[in-house]
Amino acid sequence: MIIFREVHKRFGAKHVLQGFSLDVRDGETMVILGYSGSGKSVALKHIVGLLEPDEGEVEVDGGIVHQLERERLMALRAQIGFVFQFAALLDSMTVRDNLALGLRKQRLPDDDIAERVRESLALVDLGGTEERYPAELSGGMRKRVGLARAIALRPRYILYDEPTTGLDPVTSAVIDQLIVRAKHKLGVTGIVVTHDMRTAYTVGDRIAMLYKGKVRQVGTVEEIQRTHDAAVRQFIEGRPEAGADAEASVTGAAW
Amino acid sequence: MGYFLSSVARALKDVGTWGGLTASQMRRIGVESVPIALFIAVFTGIVLALQASYTFTGAVPLYFVGTLVGKTIMLELGPVLTGLALAGRVGAGIAAELGTMRVTEQVDALETLTYDPISYLVVPRVLAATLMFPVVVALAMAVGVASGWLTAVNLLDLSTVEFVRGLKLFYRSKDVWFGLVKSASFGLTISLVGCVMGLSADRGAEAVGRATTGAVVLSAMLILVLDAFWAVMLL
Repeated sequence: MIIFREVHKRFGAKHVLQGFSLDVRDGETMVILGYSGSGKSVALKHIVGLLEPDEGEVEVDGGIVHQLERERLMALRAQIGFVFQFAALLDSMTVRDNLALGLRKQRLPDDDIAERVRESLALVDLGGTEERYPAELSGGMRKRVGLARAIALRPRYILYDEPTTGLDPVTSAVIDQLIVRAKHKLGVTGIVVTHDMRTAYTVGDRIAMLYKGKVRQVGTVEEIQRTHDAAVRQFIEGRPEAGADAEASVTGAAW
Repeated sequence: MGYFLSSVARALKDVGTWGGLTASQMRRIGVESVPIALFIAVFTGIVLALQASYTFTGAVPLYFVGTLVGKTIMLELGPVLTGLALAGRVGAGIAAELGTMRVTEQVDALETLTYDPISYLVVPRVLAATLMFPVVVALAMAVGVASGWLTAVNLLDLSTVEFVRGLKLFYRSKDVWFGLVKSASFGLTISLVGCVMGLSADRGAEAVGRATTGAVVLSAMLILVLDAFWAVMLL
């Protein structure tokens, strides 16, 4: 279980998270919605200790992430797959080595690593790309390799940072299907950060709306679709009126 | 910087991570730097021999050309010119590579895959540079002196025997190890600065450019400071 408790995070004068609280239950896929720059990715990075909260805490499986000793933090990270917005594949390595990297750290035998790599690539329909380099792949393929790299670790949790941003609608739908497939085949708990409503409705068991640094509303897909909250309605319907103001108030843009 | 150095000290224990990566860095940082180091050494040797001859003619016996070429290349120009050139080649390369990895979240990805970026990225580069710079500089010293000798024999009125006589005249083994110690410190400094600047890049291509430029400028300045430091300490 992942619990955010009153998390605050500032970058200089910008107060990005202003008391962000959220519970993510085991086995569910939680979608965090929000405007660009609203702090969704920042929240996600707190879970694996890439960022530490200025105030508040993030608890994963009973441990407070920013208080963990280095060895325990590494053990926690081994339980979590992270799918980065732009895949973050190591560009000096082939697809095979990118997938094998985390497995080698777990000191698995070479045969097991080769089998995991093959299975994981098959799960994202990219069998046969083992010897290619990230630069030789399309954006959608890189994201799928990023997902395969996370899956290969057999994690308990997978965190998806904007998994469909910048992709065409068909490729986005493929990624959505893969997220659902990963959940059903591997039984992982997922957190998906996105501002793509189709992704949110397709993959989410519950949806949380991050607005002005806090959770504005959290509920099932149906509850969010029927919401009467003006800010949430405006976002999910993509209505432009006052949208610029709303986003500027969140991101701190002054124009 | 203090926190960074303590992280490096901690990462040194993680031999399983950096052990296998150091050899490839030794090739990239050391072996691939040999051509530029030798290119510089050849022309330095030529110029030193000719300038020594120009200065000494009519005042000092010409075999002192060998003395000046040997002393100057081993004590100063071999290590320092090679260091400055490698501050550009190696320091800029490390800063640009690590900076790009930082801004494209590859460093974050390593962390989520349970790797310590210091063990994985920094230690192999720093070890490789510290170990390989003396090797590269030793080759540069040999080629520089040989170049000076060939110049003296072919362009000046000097025989091999006279050149070697001058070369041996004030030679001490300290001349060589002093240059090699200096070059090891240059390798350590250039690689550490490149790593720190690269990993400190924040956002975008501009940040990578700033990190790269900063790494070269700071490394070049520190080489000159270290050069003076070693002269004060060891000569």
